[in-house]
Amino acid sequence: MLEDKDRIFTNLYGLQDWRLQAARGRGDWDGTADIIAKGRDWILDEMKKSGLRGRGGAGFPTGLKWSFMPKESDGRPHYLVVNADESEPGTCKDRDILRHDPQKLIEGCLIASFAMGAHACYIYVRGEFIREREQLQAAVDEAYEAGLIGKNAAGSGWDFDLYVHHGAGAYICGEETALLESLEGKKGMPRLKPPFPANVGLYGAPTTVNNVESIAVAPTILRRGATWFAGLGRPNNTGTKLFCISGHVNRQCNVEEEMGIPLRELIEKHAGGVRGGWDNLLAVIPGGASVPLLPKSVCDDVLMDFDSLKNVQSGLGTAAVIVMDKSTDVIKAIARLSAFYKHESCGQCTPCREGTGWMWRVMERLVAGDAEVQEIDMLLDVTKRVEGHTICALGDAAAWPVQGLIRHFRGTIEERIASKRGIAQAAAE
Amino acid sequence: MSVRRLDPNQPASFAFTAENVEWAKQQIAKYPEGKQASAVIPLLWRAQEQHDGWLPEPAIRYVADMLGMEYIRAIEVATFYTMFNLSPVGEHYVQLCGTTPCWLRGADELKEVCRKHIGPEGTVSADGKFSWLEVECLGACVNAPMVQINADFFEDLDAASFERVLADLRSGKEVKPGPQNERHASEPAGGLTSLTNVGQETGTGGGN
Repeated sequence: MLEDKDRIFTNLYGLQDWRLQAARGRGDWDGTADIIAKGRDWILDEMKKSGLRGRGGAGFPTGLKWSFMPKESDGRPHYLVVNADESEPGTCKDRDILRHDPQKLIEGCLIASFAMGAHACYIYVRGEFIREREQLQAAVDEAYEAGLIGKNAAGSGWDFDLYVHHGAGAYICGEETALLESLEGKKGMPRLKPPFPANVGLYGAPTTVNNVESIAVAPTILRRGATWFAGLGRPNNTGTKLFCISGHVNRQCNVEEEMGIPLRELIEKHAGGVRGGWDNLLAVIPGGASVPLLPKSVCDDVLMDFDSLKNVQSGLGTAAVIVMDKSTDVIKAIARLSAFYKHESCGQCTPCREGTGWMWRVMERLVAGDAEVQEIDMLLDVTKRVEGHTICALGDAAAWPVQGLIRHFRGTIEERIASKRGIAQAAAE
Repeated sequence: MSVRRLDPNQPASFAFTAENVEWAKQQIAKYPEGKQASAVIPLLWRAQEQHDGWLPEPAIRYVADMLGMEYIRAIEVATFYTMFNLSPVGEHYVQLCGTTPCWLRGADELKEVCRKHIGPEGTVSADGKFSWLEVECLGACVNAPMVQINADFFEDLDAASFERVLADLRSGKEVKPGPQNERHASEPAGGLTSLTNVGQETGTGGGN
């Protein structure tokens, strides 16, 4: 189990003051100018060596992503855009950073922007986080007043401006190019890639979009060293991670733990165990709504990291663990996610716009058992026709939960259909 | 996708208050020269706040004019983003999260409370005080089930505590946002399992 001395988010729960002075007491903004003085290449190298993989869901190596930005400006400005459009069902970790540890994020924005040659950064906060946005803005104002950002930020010689922006309730804007469209004042419809944002991003200029947690851990990694971070977790899955544990546990919570912690240990140590005990577990969605669920037999010993979960045909995603005990109607739980994706599809690509509605309607019939057994395979076929056939990953995200359900709970679906038939037949006789 | 249309009943005109005009100028200044359309969401949001929680067509035109946008571009934004209410809402606008993590923890019971104490989904109560809508994940999943009422989250609800919040709002009493049980935020109830060795003065947030 991770020790407190290796935890980065020491005010995760907001039990201490979130303001600048207290944040500095917790180590934020300690020697920021010295880190910047070590230069862009040193920062990129340390970030690569730390093994940090993006915390927004896809797990792309952060240092490598930063290195994609042009080394020299061709006259266009460079931008860092922070994705605080936290909307993946089950996920509420960035919210705690925004409201309880905002200075970690702000300091990370400065360092990351310097490393990518950006003098301006926008933080895109989901629209519903109104109080969190107000708190973040207050923290940004404090950092400006203290000279930590602005001209000659933190005495580093780098001029840096930070702006807080917000959305208005569209899940799709968590997709990086949809976020950029939205930030430009348009509907949040994803762009085709290439060109990638590092070449043509915000206002047509080189841009990197990073998750809140990825940026907020960077200052601590650079202060304590890449070796410290890389020494936690497992190879290719290093460091610490914020986990969100919701659903049928005794004590729902967020917690920072070591990557690779066994799922069972995570739930039992921090969330008070599954309601009714481990044997009452039915299934877990381990990484936010978009990843396929896992039945108890897999949950017994699976580790919580990118590669371990990929090996069991699921994913770490945002590390949002949604626990379902045996009282759960698992078909309905997934049908509700299908409704979510239908609601949140931006409508740009036909397979997603039509497919999400189609999948949801069939899922609703499966909940009632009002279907033919052959329709299970037809539904699976439709998910495959959506998956990989859209501009962004929302189509995939809508397909995977349904695929996971059919993979592990086909028997449950068939029983539901059979029992509905039985009732109908009995009624007829 | 959800199909969203402008309300058939629209006011004749809309204009920002002098204070909001000043505020809008500051917002526009956040974005580079010529990129003022970036401010469309914040400005529409402020217009909605000024107009009792819903966004009428004249306000969309007003914001478009202010930003030099074609009306259709601003209308696209207003209809695409679901936080823009295109029809009137109650004084206390309840957005109830019904997505799976909240559903697992009893969001359906909260819906019943809404139906009983407010009325059918999407309609304003007779006294104008309330309206409610089931929405998608609001991002407070470890404090499920929860609702958002205007700007505030009310978390760790059950039918009884939710009824109490609604009753207090109805009678004009002050309500405390956040968890409605003994929790402070996202920590586990009943005692910390981490961060027990981190004090105000001795924080080890990476300062070595």
